[in-house]
Amino acid sequence: MSDVYERVKRIVVERLGVEEAEVTSEANFKDDLGADSLDVVELVMELEDEFDLEISDEDAEKITTVGEVVNYIQSHA
Amino acid sequence: MARLDLTGKTALVTGASRGIGRAIAIALAEAGADVAVNYSGSEAAAAETAQAIEALGRRAIVVRANVGKAAEFDAMVQQTLETFGKLDVLVNNAGITRDNLIMRMKEEEFDDVIETNLKGVFNGIKAVTRPMMKQRSGRIINISSVVGILGNAGQANYVAAKAGVIGLTKSASRELASRGITVNAVAPGYIETDMTGKLPKEVQDGIMAQIPLGRMGKPEDVAAVVVYLASDAAAYMTGQTLHVDGGMYM
Repeated sequence: MSDVYERVKRIVVERLGVEEAEVTSEANFKDDLGADSLDVVELVMELEDEFDLEISDEDAEKITTVGEVVNYIQSHA
Repeated sequence: MARLDLTGKTALVTGASRGIGRAIAIALAEAGADVAVNYSGSEAAAAETAQAIEALGRRAIVVRANVGKAAEFDAMVQQTLETFGKLDVLVNNAGITRDNLIMRMKEEEFDDVIETNLKGVFNGIKAVTRPMMKQRSGRIINISSVVGILGNAGQANYVAAKAGVIGLTKSASRELASRGITVNAVAPGYIETDMTGKLPKEVQDGIMAQIPLGRMGKPEDVAAVVVYLASDAAAYMTGQTLHVDGGMYM
């Protein structure tokens, strides 16, 4: 798996307090990882800092799983 | 009292060139905070407020922005963050009046007041949410008005905006509480400022009769409560409206 995936995983584990094993590419932030709307906003903010990019509110609303975040970062970084 | 100490904190006060906003900016500086002084029209008056803050040994910057425009508010918050490095306290104070009876009130008079006095508060909350969430702390204090509770003939636009501020305060406090950000409102009564100085003598006498404490308030009376809400002493309060009106509303 990619370096991006590892970095995203580390942030998700820290931010949401979940086990690494739970952070699969299919894992849904809200349904599987117990995030609320504000957690997702914060996660997006932290990913923007980590990868030095801007994720628009429109795009952020479409992101629901770990895999989608990784894909987004890989195609925009 | 140590818990009211704001040393090391930074604040942004909108509409701080005159009146209540100016008193709030100076009181925050007296408590130890560095302050960004926002104005829309009166640059010279804003510079005087900033000088008063610097005379207290605190840092001050003067920033022009129309709070009703989101882009201008965002840019102002950016400038404050670049200068001070962080933002701990936002006081949404800027307000205008366009008084008229409803049957004579023009659409623009209604819209202008809502844009500055209500949307301006929304713009402010939105602009500081991101930096304050990252800090995991923040204080947002919105200035409402006693008329937002009691209503007032000739001020339908102003009253609607000021009542709206109370609802906005409650919603924002619920959204942000889990991130260590408190959002409260202060509802002043009749305070001696340029805004109330314009009222005719009969109206002022009529108001006096409704104030149990028997005098109009001073801007400093309101500022003291804002300092309290900005301080550690108010850590366990959010979503509240504090009435600083000499007992008009109880």
